Amino acid sequence: MLAAAPWSSLFEPGFFTSEPVRIALVVGAIAAVVSGIVGVFTVIRGQSFAGHALSDIGTAGGSAAVLVGASTLYGFVAFNVVAAGVMELIGIRKPRGRDLATGIVLGASLGLAALFLYEDTISSSTTGATVNVLFGSIYTLPPGITTVMAVLGAASIALIAVLYRPLLLSSVSYELAAARRVPVRLVGGGYLLALALAVSMSAVAIGAILSTALLIGPAAIALRLATRTGVAIGVAAAVGVFACWTGTLVAYDSTVWAGGNGWPVSFCVVAVIFVLYFASGVFSRLRANRRRATAAAHETALRPLEAA
Amino acid sequence: MFASFMINAWEAGTVVAIVAGVVGFFTVLRGEAFAAHSLPNGAFAGAAGAFLIGANTIVGLGVFSLAGAGMIAGLGRRARSDVATALTIVLMLALGDLFLSRTGEYAPEVFALLFGEVLGVSTSKLAPTVVIAAVCIVAVIALYRPLMLSSVAPDVAEARGINPRVMDLAFLVVVALVTTMAVPVVGSLLIFSLLIGPPAAARSFTNRPPVAISVSVLLALVTVWMAIAVSYETNLPIGFFVGAISAFAYTVGRAWAAWRQTRGRQQHSVRDRATSVDRAEPGAAKAATADAYDRGQS
Repeated sequence: MLAAAPWSSLFEPGFFTSEPVRIALVVGAIAAVVSGIVGVFTVIRGQSFAGHALSDIGTAGGSAAVLVGASTLYGFVAFNVVAAGVMELIGIRKPRGRDLATGIVLGASLGLAALFLYEDTISSSTTGATVNVLFGSIYTLPPGITTVMAVLGAASIALIAVLYRPLLLSSVSYELAAARRVPVRLVGGGYLLALALAVSMSAVAIGAILSTALLIGPAAIALRLATRTGVAIGVAAAVGVFACWTGTLVAYDSTVWAGGNGWPVSFCVVAVIFVLYFASGVFSRLRANRRRATAAAHETALRPLEAA
Repeated sequence: MFASFMINAWEAGTVVAIVAGVVGFFTVLRGEAFAAHSLPNGAFAGAAGAFLIGANTIVGLGVFSLAGAGMIAGLGRRARSDVATALTIVLMLALGDLFLSRTGEYAPEVFALLFGEVLGVSTSKLAPTVVIAAVCIVAVIALYRPLMLSSVAPDVAEARGINPRVMDLAFLVVVALVTTMAVPVVGSLLIFSLLIGPPAAARSFTNRPPVAISVSVLLALVTVWMAIAVSYETNLPIGFFVGAISAFAYTVGRAWAAWRQTRGRQQHSVRDRATSVDRAEPGAAKAATADAYDRGQS
């Protein structure tokens, strides 16, 4: 997100008239909505590691694509879909073992990324390739990315929508779902595919940091606030869009106090997410206290009746 | 391959492999793969920050990885541990991004920190590595029994007065120390692969902890030595070979475990059949065979 610097010096006019800002806002919003929806299931299923790992695994595909001269996006998608397949193939159900399988796939992919990035730097001698592929930037988007993002995002959401009920059941209780003859492995594989599509899309568009931040942060906040999954999904998408837009605005304004060299968008968005995360923690604690107080009041009110 | 400028690389690689083999065993046992990825990966922010204020890289790495360990444990009190870890790595990476944006000069160093530049290990970097490695090994020996108990049987450990949160924090601090030790010499990717691959493979070969730890150290050493040698010969980044060999070791381990399981099952079913024939109950042999077949299918 080093690109924030040239961008701020190039586009002095206001926040809402600037074309890159508008594209960033649209792209950020698409990524935030898709990540929010998929992220709620990621958090419920305890697969944050897979969600983050896929954004890193994609870099191997991205750097391979650079090497053969293809679009980074196809590299990300191809590698992530294959990686999700391998993770599902190793197929360990216990969270501990599942994280291990994710780790092995991640380690091997990062090894490949090291190889491809090394070849990239030799063939094109651009030292910035590492940082760019690893962190991405909301302001150096590949051309035509919004259309591709919308298609991939829609595919991911459609997959989640089709799987919704069995996915929710198997996420909350694997045993119960299996007993009800839900094809748990098929559902889990379908979910991983949706996750791979969503993460590839957001990692290419907004970078690996923001991809994970928007996948886990808003979902974790939403699950603290809402008890019903449908509501949580809506809250997560809204929180994601809010964090993304506020962060972009703060980054834009930061050029004023940071002396022309603005703060990176990724940092500002993550900062907003953390503020909201802690606020949601305070809120849920207050609510729990109030519920406890009401319950206690009910009890004292009922006691004379029971005595009589 | 054993020229004088390579000696530091061999020494650093050997020290890192031994520590990774030991600490990695507990990483795998406790299912802390995500933390083992996050702390080394996020700690580069500390190195970038140290560069920014002109401090020592190791100090920056140490401060950030210890703070990261504290944050994972702290957030983990009120959230799922994977969510706490994800939030921690995101914050660390974002801070790294912020530091990088303050100075463009540091960007090329990122590749070395992430993927390792073992051939560029200087003698001045080697001394702190050895000291911190020794601290890690001593810490694991001191924590051995409570750590083992709280990893394998958390309920029993708690009943014996071992606080799981304290154990969790203590182990994360050890991982943070490993990070501080290993990242400047071998990079974050390499230490992550070593913390996961060889120990996971070792666990497929044996169930006895001391044996598994020894096998894990052995596999880690073989992985690193092979990677240094091949990297030297082919002139390709060492991180690629460590990642590939680790994944290969794990695959072999899983295949071995699967083969042993099937063999065990077949022997079982043969014994089942034998006993049911001995009892000479009508239809029992047939039922046992069908049963064994079912199990073989599933």
